[in-house]
Amino acid sequence: MSAETGIGASVLRKEDARFITGKGQYTDDISVFGQTHCVFVRSPHARAKINGINTDAAMAMDGVIRVFTGDELVEDGIGDLPCGWVVNSKDGTPMVSPPHPPIATSVVNYVGEPYAFVVAETLQAARDGAEAVEADFEILEAVVDTATASSSAQIHENAPNNQAYDWELGDREATDAAFAKADHVTTLDITNNRLIPNAIEPRAALGSYDAASSTYTLYTTSQNPHVERVVLALFVNVAPEANLRVISPDVGGGFGSKIFVYAEETAVIWASAKVGRPIKWRADRTESFLSDAHGRDHVTKAELALSSEGEMLGLRVKTIANMGAYLSTFSSSVPTYLYGTLMAGQYKTPAIYVETQAVFTNTAPVDAYRGAGRPEATYVVERIVETAARELNMDPVELRRKNFIPPDAFPYQTPVALEYDTGNYAASMGKALELADSDGYAARKAASETNGKLRGRGYSCYIEACGIAPSQLVISLGAGVGLFESAEVRVDVSGSVTVMTGSHSHGQGHETTFAQLVSDRLGIPFESVNVIHGDTGRSDYGLGTYGSRSIAVGGSAIDRALDKIIAKGKKIAAHMFETTEDQVEFAEGQFSYAGSNEPKPFAEIAGAAYIPAVYPLDELEPGLSEKAFYDPKNFTYPAGSYVCEVEIDPSTGVTEIEKFVAVDDFGNVINPMIVEGQVHGGLAQGIGQALLEHGIYDGDGNLSTGSYMDYAMPRATDLPDFEVDMTSTPCTHNPLGVKGCGEAGAIGSPAAVMNAITDALGVKDVPMPATPHTVWETIQQGA
Amino acid sequence: MYTFNFRRASNLDEAQQIHQSSSDAVYVAGGMTLIPSLKLRLANPDDVVDLSQIDGLGSISSADGVVSIGAMARHCEVAATSDIPALAALANRIGDAQVRNRGTIGGSLANNDPAADYPAAVLGLGAIVHTNARAIAGDDFFVDLFETALDEGEIITRVDFPIPRRAAYAKFANQASKYAVVGVMVAETDAGIRVGVTGAAACAFRLTSFEEALSTNMSASALDGVEVDSSDFNSDLHASAAYRGSLVTVMAKQAVDQLTT
Repeated sequence: MSAETGIGASVLRKEDARFITGKGQYTDDISVFGQTHCVFVRSPHARAKINGINTDAAMAMDGVIRVFTGDELVEDGIGDLPCGWVVNSKDGTPMVSPPHPPIATSVVNYVGEPYAFVVAETLQAARDGAEAVEADFEILEAVVDTATASSSAQIHENAPNNQAYDWELGDREATDAAFAKADHVTTLDITNNRLIPNAIEPRAALGSYDAASSTYTLYTTSQNPHVERVVLALFVNVAPEANLRVISPDVGGGFGSKIFVYAEETAVIWASAKVGRPIKWRADRTESFLSDAHGRDHVTKAELALSSEGEMLGLRVKTIANMGAYLSTFSSSVPTYLYGTLMAGQYKTPAIYVETQAVFTNTAPVDAYRGAGRPEATYVVERIVETAARELNMDPVELRRKNFIPPDAFPYQTPVALEYDTGNYAASMGKALELADSDGYAARKAASETNGKLRGRGYSCYIEACGIAPSQLVISLGAGVGLFESAEVRVDVSGSVTVMTGSHSHGQGHETTFAQLVSDRLGIPFESVNVIHGDTGRSDYGLGTYGSRSIAVGGSAIDRALDKIIAKGKKIAAHMFETTEDQVEFAEGQFSYAGSNEPKPFAEIAGAAYIPAVYPLDELEPGLSEKAFYDPKNFTYPAGSYVCEVEIDPSTGVTEIEKFVAVDDFGNVINPMIVEGQVHGGLAQGIGQALLEHGIYDGDGNLSTGSYMDYAMPRATDLPDFEVDMTSTPCTHNPLGVKGCGEAGAIGSPAAVMNAITDALGVKDVPMPATPHTVWETIQQGA
Repeated sequence: MYTFNFRRASNLDEAQQIHQSSSDAVYVAGGMTLIPSLKLRLANPDDVVDLSQIDGLGSISSADGVVSIGAMARHCEVAATSDIPALAALANRIGDAQVRNRGTIGGSLANNDPAADYPAAVLGLGAIVHTNARAIAGDDFFVDLFETALDEGEIITRVDFPIPRRAAYAKFANQASKYAVVGVMVAETDAGIRVGVTGAAACAFRLTSFEEALSTNMSASALDGVEVDSSDFNSDLHASAAYRGSLVTVMAKQAVDQLTT
């Protein structure tokens, strides 16, 4: 059984049958009796004062039920959308978090910000109503550019220089001292391009208030329904916590953009009580572009101090991070604790100092997007390491090997707060070089030259901090929530199992992976395990899915609950064997005792727990259902080596990825096929960032890339056949030895691609995305 | 989408009558531009006149050295033709499979998107655009950005492509939309060498300097040193005018290489 469906087996995904046959139940597929429809009226201006809103014409239209403005929410006590992580500036002052009413009241600060919404009998009537809402805007100068935001017009009254915070990490003096004794300093000015997440399923919400029970049910596209519930109840005040149930049914991709608490679900759940009818909203694609939290958008200056032999002595990084118009739910942590802490990379650089200035602009809020801070960190570290190698005329592989934290140095305390538990970076590198056919590179490069093409090769050795996160650590750093996970393992009378998890699957395949874990540990058929997620009414408070945390934290919670199930099973079996529990063994689904040649299968013990004929009822409660909350002891540290080989046609600027090798160390792996799929998806997004994707606002703050006509998503034909492999150093501090795999591909790949492109072109930097136009212009400038 | 009257015409006269009697009517062929515009509420016509049920408007035939393609022929149907491989190849790279299964040649030409592929073929192959009123030489058809020689309410019925001795189309596709950033059709026809360029400027045009160079020497190297004036070319997020200018030469050379090998 375990060989086919247990830990380590590439089991086909349970959930795929319903997805590929159109039987998934997404938020927009759910309809409730009496349902109305909602359209948000969105700002056409990047920055404007609202002098007045006239809803009379809209209210008078056929089919329109109610038109709401932001003032009505404020009057009803609805609070601002909060940012849940307080980051302090260098001087100890807490970050500036400007007022962020869900529906704008006196000002709008980005194109697409909602300032009213219309509830109507039909979607068509709601759209007509929305067009009839009249607003008197006084247009103000928009601030768009990341680099110059702090010297531009002030957007928020409480944020001078448009600064949210000016944060630092590391030892400035030690880093200065390292630079003072350096033989060589490599400097790199780079940008990390703004990305727009683009999950296949747009965000949606269905809010339903039941007057009979005074309860609210919100169906929404959330990666973390419990967090949604707690924020809406405790911070935004839409309903008492006990009266609010949040359900995230099937969700078609999140990539971070569905972690956050947005205006739209706040509005529909609040208004459903006002209207007395359920209200549904689903974003159209244009709304998704305008109003989903965007990702990345950094401008960075990095300096690396080295000895003449290539020993990395110190790293200085100064970043301006564009937060958009407001601080989204977890935005403040992204360019700080998920970024600066990763600047050691895989290297023993002894002194590191990181500064991040977070600035406001009149653009959509920026928050976590697949990788969240760690792709930006990897991009800085791996670009500057490669650049340093070129400047020192060293092989970039050798420079890295010289500086890797060696396997015997773990646990390793970095100078930027994290303690890595385990790793073997040279092993991943060695395997990657083998797969990349390093020895044949010179011949391939010569062949390209013969054909008038430019060939280049780039490496990226990333590290990430996943399995987010030890609760007390993150709370001490400003987080407003703990980051443990919950699990309940409920055994049925027949021995089948229902698992309730606080994790949420929106593409990751948890229904399969978690079932494999249960099947393996209890020795029961994989098909007998049901995984339930995404409903605050059914599972205990949990923190959801992001930061590659689900197997490391959610899986560990399930594992702990399974420990309790097995422990209780031993007690029941001991009673039946007429022995003590320490004499009972459990393996491969059988409870056995040396004094008996009739082992008892798991299902028999489950039956005895519910039909307690032979059962120690005076010592033990009947039933077999256990819960666990798992709080991780540390982050996990997946790491890997990526190699990218490109060929560029100088006449068009087109970059072809000829080879992409990814060797990852995710520790133990439950389902290699799913992990490989996660790597593929991550690579697609990382290569998309490097070559195609770019969220661009014009000078007036209009989103120039607001549709698929202008925003280039990676297609299968844009991507090579990936060569994916793994090494393994199991995580030392969680029971499964797992690290998490969801973000690695997106974290490691942009630097590998850009190192290859800059190698091919013989230039220090090409801004991402390296579109044909950009590459062609780079070549022209050099010519 | 705003509400509108959907009017299905069974013949050309009826289509035109509906169009004339409406205060604001628009024809729909494949709808690949119109439907998205309607969905985004960027268009608000009173009447949408559907041309899909008019007999014979979608037929494709070949006789006397001319391939005659009905206006309602889908891109995928043109892609399946064999008499002008360059035209079939062009059709096969329009948009994606969904677009090719719905979009029509007549709709594309009437819309005259500056980045559409077919205009390069009409100019490069010297086609004649037939309407319910007249025949318009391809060279006279494309007037300006989204502007053609069609009169108000006039309906394209078919396009006649003379079969060239040899021809090839090279396209540099926009990475997001897959429209042509630049597309170049090079053809050797009975009437001489023709080069049709799309994507680069406000509307498709013939590049006579290339035609002259290739007339004396049909090889890519013949285009070396032939200047392309890109001063009036489109410049947008995806490509500067100078880049488009360079791509015109690169695509033309690719087309010549294709057609000479």
